[in-house]
Amino acid sequence: MKIWVCIKQTFDTEEKIVIENGKVDEKDAEFIINPYDEYAIEEALQLRDELGGEVTVITVGPDRAENALRTALAMGADKAALIQDPSLVGDECVLARMLAEAIRREGFDLILGGNFAVDSGSGQVAIRLAEELDIPHIGSVTGLNVNGRQAIAKRDAEGDTEAVESTLPVLITAQQGLNEPRYPSLPGIMRAKRKPLERLSAQDLGLSDSLKTKTLIIEEYLPPEKEAGKILEGDLDQQVQELVEALCGKGLSFN
Amino acid sequence: MSRTVLVFTEQKDGRLRHVTYESLTAACRVAEGGEVVAVLFGSRQSEQVEEVGKYGASRVYVVSHDDLHQYTPDAYKQAMLQIIGEVDPDAIIMGHTAIGKDVAPRVAARLGLGLITDCTDVCTDSGEVIGVRPIYAGKAFQKKKFIGKKSFVTIRANNIELQENAQTPAVIPFDVTIKDVRSVVRKVIRRSASGVDLSEANVIVSGGRGVKSAEGFRPLQELADVLGGAVGASRGACDAGYCDYALQIGQTGKVVTPELYIACGISGAIQHLAGMSRSKIVVAINKDPEAPIFQVADYGIVGDLFQVVPKLTEAFKRALEEK
Repeated sequence: MKIWVCIKQTFDTEEKIVIENGKVDEKDAEFIINPYDEYAIEEALQLRDELGGEVTVITVGPDRAENALRTALAMGADKAALIQDPSLVGDECVLARMLAEAIRREGFDLILGGNFAVDSGSGQVAIRLAEELDIPHIGSVTGLNVNGRQAIAKRDAEGDTEAVESTLPVLITAQQGLNEPRYPSLPGIMRAKRKPLERLSAQDLGLSDSLKTKTLIIEEYLPPEKEAGKILEGDLDQQVQELVEALCGKGLSFN
Repeated sequence: MSRTVLVFTEQKDGRLRHVTYESLTAACRVAEGGEVVAVLFGSRQSEQVEEVGKYGASRVYVVSHDDLHQYTPDAYKQAMLQIIGEVDPDAIIMGHTAIGKDVAPRVAARLGLGLITDCTDVCTDSGEVIGVRPIYAGKAFQKKKFIGKKSFVTIRANNIELQENAQTPAVIPFDVTIKDVRSVVRKVIRRSASGVDLSEANVIVSGGRGVKSAEGFRPLQELADVLGGAVGASRGACDAGYCDYALQIGQTGKVVTPELYIACGISGAIQHLAGMSRSKIVVAINKDPEAPIFQVADYGIVGDLFQVVPKLTEAFKRALEEK
């Protein structure tokens, strides 16, 4: 079983965002593996241990992204690939094409990724990748079984759960609840240093001119800060009464 | 520049979803005098045709096919591609829903189009379509534009103020061919007990570690029921096993923007605030007066949620009965 996991290195979710010249400033930020991608890694490792095969983690990113790949290797992935090329600054369309090229060359049975990344939150790359590779996908998965040539998944559809069956190869995006990701063990961390990590450029993938970004960021900015409100005073019954009157006076539509 | 804008509508339990009206409102803006074309999937639809006409659609494609009753990416993608081929729109808009977020990237990839997802606003500037969207779960925002003539956006529910623009739409039945559907839905289990979906709820009553147990969510559910709202939770409450991860609100979890958000026993970690601080009115109930949640609350009550919430439920019941 050839299993791929597409990951992204993102800001730690406890980071505050600083804007510098209309862009989010990365300086001094702590980076982690996108939390949704951790579910994808954990699921891949469990499936490999059950069915045999190997797990390759892949990302597109700058040098620092190697840390995320090493963490995934320390969790137990077998190999890693880092696509990196200064000429490749693009949107989800470009990212999906690069990943598709790298994965297609090596072959695949199952591809996993996070439901979305907690930084850009666009939720496009994995699903575009499925289309680029012309394979089905199941999005937002909270339970997964793979047997022979078939995947059976539980998909979270806004609170409802759909039981979905698909042929392999298939791409799965992981939703919270899929599993409990493991922490890298100390021996795992030691072993990860010696596991293979391949660096790929656009040229290596035979891509360059054909890759054109389709969208551009005009600017990034912080939302207006919210003013702290009113702490109610008096005895509890008074506070509750005041609150209910204030809210009913706002013309909120209940039910 | 006037545009033809195609809107994929969405229904739930036989009614158009709110985000569909928001999509139509945005479409009228993006059209800049051009035409808004709506697509309805399903059969029984005279009311829906009237409704989409009220919000600006002058042409409505009605698509009926057995494979479209239940969403699958393969079937929806094929239907959408055929309609897009027929209408040849300058812009495409749909909701960033369980369906929209799942199928739009596939359609965009197939057509080689840029896609701006999860927009809280869509506007035009100097002939360009611009999507405004939260990043880092709303800790910051970005404005994006398209390179190339065609634009494709998905819209987050509860952000665009509806505007009517009455039209009498021409109805066009449209046949689609669907084949080779590779993933099949065998069963659907409806989980949201009250039927109110978190991402579209007007009112959310949310619990954190302070709720202390699964049982502790009961008074929150009672308050939500009185207000016609949904119950949510912080990561702390989910990690502690008090409730299902499907209820989690925050940077990991759902981002919500209800009219009223009542945070009970939630301290207000940055990652939780990212998921709810854009709610119109925030009420915080917490024992700790120093809890960061009070910094984003419009109204705060310092006290034990198990005393405050039941009193609040009773007071709302009385107030709503008097109305």
